[in-house]
Amino acid sequence: MSTPYAKLPAWADYGLIPLINLSVAFIVAGFVVMLVGENPFRAAVILVEGAFGKGTGIAFTLFYATTFIFTGLSVAVAAHCSLFNIGTEGQAYIGGLGIALVCLSFDSVLPWWVIFPIAIVAAAAFGALWGLIPAYLQAKRGSHIVITTIMFNFIAASTMVYLLVGALKPAGSQAPQTRNFLAGAELPKLNWVIELFGAKIRSAPLNICFLLALVMAFLVWLLIWRTRLGYEMRTYGHSPKAARYAGISETRIIITAMMISGALAGMMALNPVMGDQHNVAIDFVSGAGYVGIAVALMGRLHPVGIVLAAILFGMLYQGGAELAFEMPAISRDMIVIIQGLVILFAGALEHMFRPYIQALFASISPKSVGMQAVRGTGA
Amino acid sequence: MAQAAIELIGINKSFGAVRANRDINLEVARGTIHGIVGENGAGKSTLMSILYGFYQADSGEIRVGGKPVSIHTSNDAIALGIGMVHQHFMLVDNFTVLENVILGAESDALLKSSITKARSELDRLEREYGLEVDPDAVIEELPVGLQQRVEILKALYRGAEILILDEPTGVLTPAEADHLFRILKQLKDQGKTIVLITHKLREIMAITDTVSVMRQGTMVATRTTKETTVGELAELMVGRRVLLRVEKGQSEAGAVKLSVKNLTVKDQRGVTMVDNVSFDVRGGEIVGIAGVAGNGQSELLEAISGIRHAVSGEVMLDGKPIDLTGKADPGELRDRGLAHVPEDRHHVGLVLAFEENENSILGYHDDERYLKGPFLDVDAIMADAKDKIEKYDIRPANPRLKTANFSGGNQQKIVLAREMEQDPGVLIVGQPTRGVDVGAIEFIHKRLIAMRDQGKAVLVVSVELDEIRSLSDRILVMFAGRVVGERGPDATEGELGLLMAGVEHQEAAE
Repeated sequence: MSTPYAKLPAWADYGLIPLINLSVAFIVAGFVVMLVGENPFRAAVILVEGAFGKGTGIAFTLFYATTFIFTGLSVAVAAHCSLFNIGTEGQAYIGGLGIALVCLSFDSVLPWWVIFPIAIVAAAAFGALWGLIPAYLQAKRGSHIVITTIMFNFIAASTMVYLLVGALKPAGSQAPQTRNFLAGAELPKLNWVIELFGAKIRSAPLNICFLLALVMAFLVWLLIWRTRLGYEMRTYGHSPKAARYAGISETRIIITAMMISGALAGMMALNPVMGDQHNVAIDFVSGAGYVGIAVALMGRLHPVGIVLAAILFGMLYQGGAELAFEMPAISRDMIVIIQGLVILFAGALEHMFRPYIQALFASISPKSVGMQAVRGTGA
Repeated sequence: MAQAAIELIGINKSFGAVRANRDINLEVARGTIHGIVGENGAGKSTLMSILYGFYQADSGEIRVGGKPVSIHTSNDAIALGIGMVHQHFMLVDNFTVLENVILGAESDALLKSSITKARSELDRLEREYGLEVDPDAVIEELPVGLQQRVEILKALYRGAEILILDEPTGVLTPAEADHLFRILKQLKDQGKTIVLITHKLREIMAITDTVSVMRQGTMVATRTTKETTVGELAELMVGRRVLLRVEKGQSEAGAVKLSVKNLTVKDQRGVTMVDNVSFDVRGGEIVGIAGVAGNGQSELLEAISGIRHAVSGEVMLDGKPIDLTGKADPGELRDRGLAHVPEDRHHVGLVLAFEENENSILGYHDDERYLKGPFLDVDAIMADAKDKIEKYDIRPANPRLKTANFSGGNQQKIVLAREMEQDPGVLIVGQPTRGVDVGAIEFIHKRLIAMRDQGKAVLVVSVELDEIRSLSDRILVMFAGRVVGERGPDATEGELGLLMAGVEHQEAAE
């Protein structure tokens, strides 16, 4: 006989539990703020106002969120195939190389709306190739994907440093970065959308990559839950033995999943490179790949959850910057601690409160936990 | 009556709206073997999990040796001298037998002394009860039958006075089961108390002193075994009479559909698991393979279905060979009309985390009926799943429900429905009714016979001798990787039992 399987209504599963986790993270963060002698409530107000209070803040929040949507989706696609892709960081970095090559070649001759699609393809292709090598090693040689992707992050970083202080650096420049792109490789801003709602924006990097990220989120949903490929990836992700039984090739599915994951990671580079900096500089990814892991886990590997989690992390980035500026006692490192607490409670300790919530629901309203469905009468 | 070892008084346990146990009273006398029977989902395992500290009862009282106790964890239970052998083994796969036995019972931080102590203690237990296992063997390399012995050794090592066994013979053959029963009787003679959970009535009759029957979460009756009959117990269990043996007509065997010649399969350690096996299966017949678990049946099935690499030999499907390199595409074999119901439905035949409808296309997911270009045709899949649910009486009739939430019998029906509805020419089935209750067994057997009557070739591997005898038109017996005999369906249990034990085989070899 099987153990009855308790579950929660969807709104509690996807809404209430993340909210509780988040609240606990902020309460603990509040104590940290108190420890350094600041008022946690005022800190919270500054954080939220910094992120959403003014038009500029909102634009920055969404700009950061765009980056995290890409990396979160990248991690999620691999995770559905039970591959833990730690290499999003490096794949995004190498994706930037693809964009640099396209932009440096064509920015003087083509308009942005021609360069953009080419750059998307280049970013995706470079990211995918950087995912392909660890995938091949996993599928054919059994080298663990976690180890190889971490190592590939270092290889990516070293390669980019080599190129950015060498071949890609304009002659005579002291900075380890490419020359600035011409107007042809600059993406249109989206700030006017926020201004439609009456907010004022001074200058903010929010650009059409945000829309691209939302489109990719929808496509990932389609891929995972509505295509044969997604079905095969999920089958392999849950049970490699069942996949073998079902005639799904292990090699093919691992390589395909990792290449899609790498492509999404590579596309992340479009946002800072073409949307904001207009050049490829050293270390432009700056940890967004690792944040993507937290975003994907917090979003429960579902695109809607990932978009929401990405906005939350965008808020922490933007609001955190404001906070460090407004409260001298709170340094940038403190912001990282707060972010870490969110990751800890919403990601790593995701299931900590679940049993209590389940017990609570079961005692209030047994039907809501769907127990009547569990009973298989007879057979 | 002897003093009660365990008393359960007014136990209630609900999971949400499901009342898994309601108002259960049970008294198990010291030094007896007490059977608890009931269908899957009757609440037997829940009750024992409460006794073993996995669940807390909502209300009620537990008394051990006459004293009220509270059992919050399995450690509490162990301290009270209660040991449990689970249906699904609780073993660390990549540990050795010895390491598993001392797990959680290590005497200090360094393992050396524990291991030395455990080794001599194991040695004694093994000799005393005939539970031979190599203490240095790694669990994942042992057949299921031996893994269960390790579970029993674990409980004995911890000094269990009361031993609970949850469906212990599900994975054993009659010979192994008899061996187990001898052990249980020996334990009883030494004053230990045994609670045996099962849905096999034959076992209850053979070994227990007292039997309690559960149905839908309630305890419907307790009888002295000597004074009851199989018929009465079966009726109490399901509330109606069940057909214990399925009626079937004469088989009309046609052309050879599946032909296995000189097949040899080795496992990952290089041990020969299938040794030069040859047989044919014709359309319109059911060939049953009987044998003690771990005598090569699983490897044979996997090789035929293209999942496992075979060292030599050939397998012909409708006269054409199949790829035995282990790289065969099971999808291609499906296209050629080979359907496979694997032994392990939890990890191979199903993805438990999937919705029911997703599992009803597993392996056939690249069939164009279920696709629109690269996309899944969700409407078609749903309609198809609903159709199968109705035809195979899968309950609850909800194709959106997670597969893990179906009972074992219904999970098996999901697999059978998927494989049978593809109208295959050859159907190979591993353990068709393992962990499935009486009502569903009858249904599954009837379906298999209907397949045969449609002229399909059916190959059934089962460790249930009753099942093999009831279903098969021809019975092959496997022992140590070889087919050691072929018998008709009228072969007696004793005759088959001897073959399964390798008796005739050894005589022939001498």
